[in-house]
Amino acid sequence: MGEAAHRYDGTLPLEYRTQESRLNILGFWIFLGAEVALFATLFATYLVLFQRTGSGPTAGELFEVKDVLIETLLLLTSSFTCGLAIFEMRRGRLAGLLAWLLVTLLLGAGFITFEIREFIHYVHEGATMQTSAFLSSFFVLVGTHGAHVSLGIGWMILIIIQLLQRGFTPKTARKVFIVSLYWHFLDVVWIFIFTLVYLLGMVI
Amino acid sequence: MKWSEFFVTGEPLIYAADVAIVLTMVGIVFVLTYFKKWKWLWNEWLTTVDHKKIGVMYIICAVLMLFRGGVDALLMRAQLTAPNMKFLDAQHYNEIFTTHGTIMILFMAMPFIIGLMNIVVPLQIGARDVAFPYLNALSFWLFFFGALLFNISFVIGGSPDAGWTAYFPLAGNEFSHGVGNNYYAVALQISGIGTLMTGINFLVTILKMRAPGMTLMRMPMFTWTILITCVLIIFAFPVLTVALALMTFDRIFGTQFFTMANGGMSMLWANLFWIWGHPEVYIVILPSFGIFSEVVSTFAQKRLFGYKAMVGSIVGIAFLSFIVWVHHFFTMGAGPAVNSAFSITTMAIAIPTGVKIFNWLFTIRKGKIRFTTAMLWSLAFIPNFVIGGVTGVMLAMAAADYQYHNSYFLIAHFHYVLIAGTVFACFAGLHYWYPKMFGHILNERLGKWTFWLFMIGFNICFFPMYFLGLMGMTRRMYTYSADLGWTPLNVVATVGAALMGIGFIVLCYNIYYSARYGERDMTGDPWNGRTLEWATASPPVHYNFPVTPVVEDLDAYWVMKKKYGGFQVKEEDLKPIHMPSNSGRPFWMSVAFFVAGFGLVFKWFALAIVGALFIVLGLILRSFEDDDGYYIPVDEIKRMERAARKGA
Ligand code: HEM
Ligand SMILES: [Cu+2]
Repeated sequence: MGEAAHRYDGTLPLEYRTQESRLNILGFWIFLGAEVALFATLFATYLVLFQRTGSGPTAGELFEVKDVLIETLLLLTSSFTCGLAIFEMRRGRLAGLLAWLLVTLLLGAGFITFEIREFIHYVHEGATMQTSAFLSSFFVLVGTHGAHVSLGIGWMILIIIQLLQRGFTPKTARKVFIVSLYWHFLDVVWIFIFTLVYLLGMVI
Repeated sequence: MKWSEFFVTGEPLIYAADVAIVLTMVGIVFVLTYFKKWKWLWNEWLTTVDHKKIGVMYIICAVLMLFRGGVDALLMRAQLTAPNMKFLDAQHYNEIFTTHGTIMILFMAMPFIIGLMNIVVPLQIGARDVAFPYLNALSFWLFFFGALLFNISFVIGGSPDAGWTAYFPLAGNEFSHGVGNNYYAVALQISGIGTLMTGINFLVTILKMRAPGMTLMRMPMFTWTILITCVLIIFAFPVLTVALALMTFDRIFGTQFFTMANGGMSMLWANLFWIWGHPEVYIVILPSFGIFSEVVSTFAQKRLFGYKAMVGSIVGIAFLSFIVWVHHFFTMGAGPAVNSAFSITTMAIAIPTGVKIFNWLFTIRKGKIRFTTAMLWSLAFIPNFVIGGVTGVMLAMAAADYQYHNSYFLIAHFHYVLIAGTVFACFAGLHYWYPKMFGHILNERLGKWTFWLFMIGFNICFFPMYFLGLMGMTRRMYTYSADLGWTPLNVVATVGAALMGIGFIVLCYNIYYSARYGERDMTGDPWNGRTLEWATASPPVHYNFPVTPVVEDLDAYWVMKKKYGGFQVKEEDLKPIHMPSNSGRPFWMSVAFFVAGFGLVFKWFALAIVGALFIVLGLILRSFEDDDGYYIPVDEIKRMERAARKGA
């Protein structure tokens, strides 16, 4: 923290205007780098184990195409609406920002609902985390992503409340920006899950 | 888990430990209450976000853990001194080598290094604190409570006993029923999260908060090594996080990642563990290289030789460290092609390491050497580390490793690199920066006693182990029979271990002695240092620098001294300084982590959920917090500067 921490630089977007915000945003990017390593490890684990089904079902026998497609659609759309939210923020329109954040949040909640439904469905078919190495790695990989999305929803709610209380400040703007980074990141991870878990599972 | 198994029973040693723990706790509470220090403890330490105090706390914990790990080591050496000893039984021996290894690496070496970097890096780059001081406090407390959780295992529930590598299937439910390995999984997870955050924090700090003029290629070598270490942490620790999470799922929720049936694959654990584990050894050795570089150039009174080559070789080592992990299990049966590839990458590490060794030697060459304690540790490092390195290259030859693997040859090798590398560096750094931390110098005479006792003891202890290994003694064996002919060398090794123990005691006495009688450092620059940390008072005022220093070249402070006679501060240049506020939340959130972790270990899920809820509460409160720190007014700065500089 130097004196620079509060030096105000009016030429940048609101979220970049204080030194503190710039540090936070860089820190978050680096954190996302660590998250990449984390998900890469989970993917590697999954790819090593996904054909080791023991006495349980294989990926091809199990996966529900319909649910997965709906989930994908919901999450991809939410990433788009999240982008719109940032767009509105850059234009300085609080109402628009709030509206799009809300849409994003609802789409995320929809995603989670369908994912939980999908999981419950598998469990009813006797495919639990304990059944085989394949299922353990499936549930942990996809579940970790789901847990991230849920956390993101909670986080967005907190930020929406703060936006309502405080309006646009360099601090709230930064928080919105960071949560949007997080959200897009989860979207990218989902694309990998969709390809490497579901598509691959239904092909092989 | 039955209640009767909650407390570990049956061993006189454990009962003694129970008594000691209770007495220590009562003693601490009594002293704090008697001297009315509770408030001080809370305000000055538990809630602090000052990088220097956090660093000091890391180091205190690391020294305590060195004690704990050292006692473990001495117990093992006692048991192995003579054949067929009955001092420890097989189970107890298993627990002790497991906790010794885990504690030494994760709760001694890591925090020692992280402590030093906390204290030194912001000072070296001319910053007021780290980028995220609050997060820094959280990192520390997570480490602290992770370590606490790990350490209570030996009186509550039972210690982990599957080795510090916790290989499956041994560490799984099939072969390890108790809670011991749950402790391993959960405690390492908690402190690992703290380490990851430290990595991010210091990376941002070094990238963004350097003083004006300090380009990357003007950074002190220690800061360089920390920068690269942070990158290692950021990419290696998530792998540990995942590995431990999968272990937790297997052990606590019955999943099948590493099990024997239902498709589980136990070698997957070994791979994940070492994909983290090998970079981890570089996480503790690279900063050590940095410390030696600082010490050697200060006490040879010369600029570091081959700065650019040094930087290049750190980067090279860091890169290679991610592609060598299979050398830990050449015997897995991966086949000649895979083994050869990893064999070659491993040997390749010797090249950048060799470059560094020669750079240190050339720095010393023709220098006006001052043989301080810190310098002695650094000089001793070079030959000892080379022994460790050369035997490492021997182990790297896959075909030969089939002979050495998991023998005492390996034990000797990694102690030669870990002790002669990291531990020597920690001691060198401790002596070197001690005046900066506490304002007085560690007594040099006692320091040299520690050095000679420890360094000679170390060689007496571990050199014979190379031969024990070649004679067929395997690691982790709790006893052996007389006709194997291993007795003499084992006796020698134990004598060496005892000497190291004595060296450690002298060090502790030195800390006490120097606090009372040690020479006070009034100048802030007791060693005629070269880098910016020596431009501050000893100990530095909590804002570090009254005005941000301007850097003109490598060895910034040296240049300042030559050109301007020191770090010149004009009172009219002072501006109010912005500082972050203290917070108690990192502390109590980490307590919540501890509670949640304890619940998980014993599968008391209600308790785990309560802990988790408090963690979430902490996060929410943090999100709503609207505290932008505070400003120190100019008058106050003037007053503090005069007070700090009155001796100069
Ligand atoms: C201070 C003197 C030390 C002594 C006398 C000592 C002695 C020992 C002994 C006797 C073993 C067990 C050998 C076996 O039965 O397999 C061992 C294992 C080990 N030590 Fe040390 N050690 C010392 C310091 C250290 C330090 C400083 C570190 C790390 C920074 C370290 C890391 C390890 C590790 C990782 C293991 C392997 C544990 C396992 O097998 O799971 N030791 N040490
Ligand atoms: Cu290795």
